[in-house]
Amino acid sequence: MKEVMKNERKRTFLLITIPILALFVCFNTIPLIRGVIYSFTNFKGFGKYNWVGFQNYLDLFTDARVGKSYWFTFKLAIVSTIVTNVISLILALGLNSKIRAKSFFRGAYFLPNILGALVVGYIFNYFFTYILPAAAQMIGIKGLSTSILSNPSAAWIGIMVVCAWQAIAMNTIIYISGLQTVPEDVYEAGGLDGATGWKQFRYLTFPLIIPFFSINMVLCVKNFLMVFDQIMALTKGGPAQSTESISYLIYNNGMSGGQFGFQSANAVVFFIVIVIVSVAQMKFSSSKEEQL
Amino acid sequence: MTKKNTNVHTNKVAMVLLILGLSTIIFPLYLTIVIAFKQPSEMTNSISGILSLPKSWSLNNFREAMEVTDFWRSLGNSLLITLIAVGLSIVVHSLMGYALGRNKAKSKFYSFVYLFIVSGMFVPFAILMMPLAKQTAEMGLANWFGVILLYVVFYMPMNVLLYSGYLVNIPMALEEAAKVDGASTWRTYWKIIFPIMRPMHATVAVLTALSVWNDVMTPLVIMAGSGQNTLPLAQLNFQSQFGTNYNLAFASYLLALIPILIFYIICQKQILNGVVNGAVK
Repeated sequence: MKEVMKNERKRTFLLITIPILALFVCFNTIPLIRGVIYSFTNFKGFGKYNWVGFQNYLDLFTDARVGKSYWFTFKLAIVSTIVTNVISLILALGLNSKIRAKSFFRGAYFLPNILGALVVGYIFNYFFTYILPAAAQMIGIKGLSTSILSNPSAAWIGIMVVCAWQAIAMNTIIYISGLQTVPEDVYEAGGLDGATGWKQFRYLTFPLIIPFFSINMVLCVKNFLMVFDQIMALTKGGPAQSTESISYLIYNNGMSGGQFGFQSANAVVFFIVIVIVSVAQMKFSSSKEEQL
Repeated sequence: MTKKNTNVHTNKVAMVLLILGLSTIIFPLYLTIVIAFKQPSEMTNSISGILSLPKSWSLNNFREAMEVTDFWRSLGNSLLITLIAVGLSIVVHSLMGYALGRNKAKSKFYSFVYLFIVSGMFVPFAILMMPLAKQTAEMGLANWFGVILLYVVFYMPMNVLLYSGYLVNIPMALEEAAKVDGASTWRTYWKIIFPIMRPMHATVAVLTALSVWNDVMTPLVIMAGSGQNTLPLAQLNFQSQFGTNYNLAFASYLLALIPILIFYIICQKQILNGVVNGAVK
């Protein structure tokens, strides 16, 4: 009797797992493998193609446009991550302090996160193109009197601002939930030892919310490395290809630029980079947490 | 007595700074609203011309923007895709989370499947995009239904992780009690486990809904040839038709933002809880 029930349980679990696993393999694993296979061909996206071995990979490392997109994407990811986390932490400390209308403020500051990045990008596009230059002219700041989005060396800052604007909302909420885990008596005990202000933050608060700091770092870096919508809405990779993120380049040249095979190789390298960065971050943060 | 007083005292500096900071959130929204209601003739190149309130609050821009972007159809598509994707995610991912969560500790097969699926989180869409565009076309899935299937696959790693993590808190004794009564595993799941996982369903629903609703890339790559749009995709595809009529464009942006704004105003608490739960777990 017991044996029959055990078999029934086993069978049910298998009947659940196998079809769902098959779905996952069909739309995640197989395309992944196909992507790797295409990366060894000169496929244009249509017609016939030949095997080219590692040629695409060799070409990747000498392709200036690909190199530029990696440089841009990493620059954007690192600067946005720093800006986002600094502002979010300050904002979270403010929102967690003794203020009135706490839930209103928290709700309002989270708002940017729920809005679609594409539409937000279009709105900021207008802001950078018309409003910011007009405002700069009025006050008399020469450097800002033309749109930063049309300046190859400054367009990335515009994209960074939009990325940060939305990510701050998310990170702040996570920091707030971290700050709420710090018990009040820690501050009271610290206060007796003279830990207030910056000292209190540096030696009491921050070490206690390090797990939340790690979550935010991982979230930020991963999302920013995959940036796409904001590029579509703000610059479409321009001016002078100065803001082509890796995802944008793969989409643009791979889907319609006849570089299906070559951009597949780019995507494989990008995948490996994402895995390395994520694993390194997790190793680093878990070693930090162990120290505590 | 005095101590209590200082505790209730509000932090005035923080209040002032927070109110000032709020302008960075409100300003872009204000900008969107005033431009959406204005006529092109009211837009001068000076800041005051752009930012002043419109002369009349006419809805003409919205009417025209709705026509240009085929608003109702795009909205319908977005709603359909989001609702079905969320519903399927809750059913499929909770089942998978249950099967894997209950077995991964004692079975090599299940722990391998668990790791295999969860590590799907590291796969960027960029590498799947080109093969998937081909594959969905070959399978006749280059449409909204294909997009839904892909969402169920893309959010599986995260959601399975959440569900199987939540399952640890649900004691086996509950299931065993049902089994004594002769209920099958399948029945026990729907009668006992599925309802108990309700807090996690809320988290999964919020996370999946927000990501699906705002996603541009998947429909862009998969549905491009189908003649159908989602709300964000319509913005992208009709962008060039607005030309320099920014009033029309902004009316269309505002229309695209309104549904999610309404959703946020109604379910703000659930959304905040869901997002925090999803990230912290």
